[in-house]
Amino acid sequence: MASKTKIEVFEGKLTTRKRMRRFGLLLTTPGMLWLLVFLLLPTLFLIVMAFAQRGSYGTIDWSFSLDNLKKLVGFSSFGWSADNLLIIWRSLKIAVITTLLCLIIGLPMAFWIGAHKKNTATLLLALVMVPSCTNLVIRTYAWMLLLGAQMPPTWFARTLGIIGEAESLYPGTFAVYIGMVSCMLPFAVLPLYTSVERLDWGIVEAARDLYAKPIRTFYHGILSQMMPGIVASVVLTLVPTLGMYVVSDLLGGAKFILIGNLIQQQFFGTALDWPFGAMLGIVLIISSVISLIVFKKTGGKSFV
Amino acid sequence: MSRRIPLYARLIAYIGMALLYVPLLMVLIQSFNANKHGQTWGGFTFDWYVKLFDNTLVQTATVNTVILAVVSTLISTLLGTLLAIGIHRTPWGKKTQEFFDMSINIPVVTPDILMAIALVSVFALFRSLTSVFDPGMLTLIIAHVTFEISFVVLVVLSRLSSIGRDQIEAARDLYASTAGAWFRVIIPQLSTAIVAGALLAFTLSLDDFIISFFVSGPQSQTLPLFIYGSLKRGVSPQIHALSTIIFSLTLFAMLATALKGQWKEKKLKLKKQPRSIHEKA
Amino acid sequence: MESFDLQIKGVKKSFGDKAVLKDINVFIEDGQFVTLLGPSGCGKTTLLRIIAGFEKADAGEVILGGKVISRRSPAKRPINTVFQSYALFPHLNVFNNIAFGLKSQKVAKEEIERRVNAMMKITNIVDLAKEMPATLSGGQKQRVALARALVNEPDILLLDEPLSALDANLRKKLQAELKEVQKKTDTTFIMVTHDQDEAIAVSDRVLVMYNGEIIQDGSPEDVYEHPVNRFVATFIGEANILECEKVSDFFVKTAFGELAVDKAPAWKTGGVAIRMEDIHVCTAGENFANNVFDAQILERIFRGDYWELIAELPGANGNQPTQLRVMTDPDEIYNPGDQVKLYMETQYLQVLTD
Repeated sequence: MASKTKIEVFEGKLTTRKRMRRFGLLLTTPGMLWLLVFLLLPTLFLIVMAFAQRGSYGTIDWSFSLDNLKKLVGFSSFGWSADNLLIIWRSLKIAVITTLLCLIIGLPMAFWIGAHKKNTATLLLALVMVPSCTNLVIRTYAWMLLLGAQMPPTWFARTLGIIGEAESLYPGTFAVYIGMVSCMLPFAVLPLYTSVERLDWGIVEAARDLYAKPIRTFYHGILSQMMPGIVASVVLTLVPTLGMYVVSDLLGGAKFILIGNLIQQQFFGTALDWPFGAMLGIVLIISSVISLIVFKKTGGKSFV
Repeated sequence: MSRRIPLYARLIAYIGMALLYVPLLMVLIQSFNANKHGQTWGGFTFDWYVKLFDNTLVQTATVNTVILAVVSTLISTLLGTLLAIGIHRTPWGKKTQEFFDMSINIPVVTPDILMAIALVSVFALFRSLTSVFDPGMLTLIIAHVTFEISFVVLVVLSRLSSIGRDQIEAARDLYASTAGAWFRVIIPQLSTAIVAGALLAFTLSLDDFIISFFVSGPQSQTLPLFIYGSLKRGVSPQIHALSTIIFSLTLFAMLATALKGQWKEKKLKLKKQPRSIHEKA
Repeated sequence: MESFDLQIKGVKKSFGDKAVLKDINVFIEDGQFVTLLGPSGCGKTTLLRIIAGFEKADAGEVILGGKVISRRSPAKRPINTVFQSYALFPHLNVFNNIAFGLKSQKVAKEEIERRVNAMMKITNIVDLAKEMPATLSGGQKQRVALARALVNEPDILLLDEPLSALDANLRKKLQAELKEVQKKTDTTFIMVTHDQDEAIAVSDRVLVMYNGEIIQDGSPEDVYEHPVNRFVATFIGEANILECEKVSDFFVKTAFGELAVDKAPAWKTGGVAIRMEDIHVCTAGENFANNVFDAQILERIFRGDYWELIAELPGANGNQPTQLRVMTDPDEIYNPGDQVKLYMETQYLQVLTD
């Protein structure tokens, strides 16, 4: 590897690749060490733990076993039940629908923000991010109140006949989606806006110039350019939403059990089965990795 | 550059903003509602704000939350900025570059709960060696730094790319040393990105619930945990008052920065005008 | 007195497998305005960067005033650069941008003020001292970049396509200003450009580069009037390239007849170039001893200050006809279909090396 010690010019300085890398190591080690110790290794630890077993009194029995995997797909000492799979399916469904909703609402928002002058646009973007400073729990509680039995929205829905006389919007599926979207929207809008900012409107005009109808103009002119941003937005919304359970817990009532609830029960609830919790975690790990690969394959470079 | 957005798009955008701000409005209104249970309006009152000042539990929780956010932001911004600079300027090999890439991007897409159980597990492991890792403020800070670093790195890295290679070459061409070039040319331009990254980290810390829930201990109650706990008992409007204060402060700080930027621009424009009058004379 | 002559000896540079500079040897005297001219990819920018110190040559030396500077970093070379993107520091105002290099060298405050103000006067930007780069126009930015480099009184000033981002009128104006500043400060200027008009307008000397080599080195008139090969002939100005066969040291044969030339061709078959404006359309009564050919005007295009005619010369001895481009004054009107006689004076026929 003679090229490592060859004197080259980096940043206008005569030095070797090796020396640059050594200093680079100095700069990156603190951060990377932190990530390694508190993120990468723990994740590996989790994967290992997933194949362990629950010991007595909440300890861990480190003998290799596929029990948790079987449990995941429904096989337990009582035979097969679809419960766990249902939970996973429900989590996926909610995540996908939330992501779609965030996309549908987020795209117009991104364009609307982008339609203003740079200063105003930055202000609007910051306004979008500010609600995230108020804790998730508080905002969700606000929805609990707002969608309660005595409030206008419920009354409104009753008159429209969407729900029955005795029901209220909260707790319920509708409330859950409102809560989720309200929570994830800022993270969906950010990458979309970045894409809008970088749009080359010349391409759109070229499409119009070539007699394309509005829909085709939108598709070829705008959507094609925004693909990286859209993929980033989807990835940034879908995966975190998979693990969300607080919103659904508060707004959906007892029957809304998602992966997150299940995992929480393993670690803090009565089940106290850390290895099984870890196995459930692997489902989430796989979805993270898949989404990252999809993101890179569709040409995504950065989320910000 | 003001483009015309079709009406339906604008309406959806407004709906989106409403979705974001209606809960906050609700919280604001409830903070002045004399009716404790919030289902109906009981009259305007400042009581809850006043009672806040006597509520030591809330105060401790708030202090913990702020300390957590500030300390974790400081650490993550420092580590993240150094990491970003190191990744950007060093000629790494292709494999190493990809490794960095993955390491930075993965935390951003990881669900909170996954990070939470990973951290809990590893803390349990460390606990068997030393009691430093008992659930408490330290574990909270460590956890928060861990999920904040990547965001800081992404923001700073993005800015470093847009600053470009010419800047530092120009500085060297003009006899600056490497350190001089970095401190006199690059870092001033980087400062807004570093601040943006820090703000992002700060926001993420304040917003976090799940990771804090898993990783905290009895002594280190933070606000979101306190609120979650009190949800089961029925939320006191004091919490609404507190939340209103928090987001009002944030909103105010943000508007102030934005207006400061606009005011500076107006000053610049005013400066240019007198000269043209003189020239005409 | 110290000389600031620059010598490039045997410089070679490759990026990966691609050889970008093949073996560059050139000697540039102090005080010259030299242009490196060539198409993209010819290596001119790389050569400039090697002189500046932003790239290191794989082989060869850069010698300034007798001292070898090849292994010095840019900060240690008495050379300054005007970047193509100007690279102004956006967070500093114009004054501080210009003063940057002086501050790096720890020059005293009063002297900095004196020199920066003097330089702003020379480059015509006196009113801009407190402005930020973002508010400047393209031309203003260019002048600031120039001032920022020149205030350090470098032995050599390098300019990387400094005018490429400006519109045509502004470019002409700034070309004149560049030339003026160069003469005033008596500094060696080495400029990179792909615009041949620019090269001819401002330089004392033009180095035409192609494919990592210096193809021709001479004064603008030299390079224009006596291109050494096809590339130079077609890259600079408009030329007709005639495919010829050597008959003797002073005669070549083309598709439409025999031409008398004044330089012995080094090949059996090769090219002879003649510029549009050097082909003369004979008026009635004009008689020339040789190099006169019949032609028919096919087309004419008005170019504002001249006519461009496409003339076709029938092939002799069963050869295909040849089309040539001929330039005439605006008041010499010829119509498509006209039969004319074209005269190519020997001194304008450039025997090319290829």
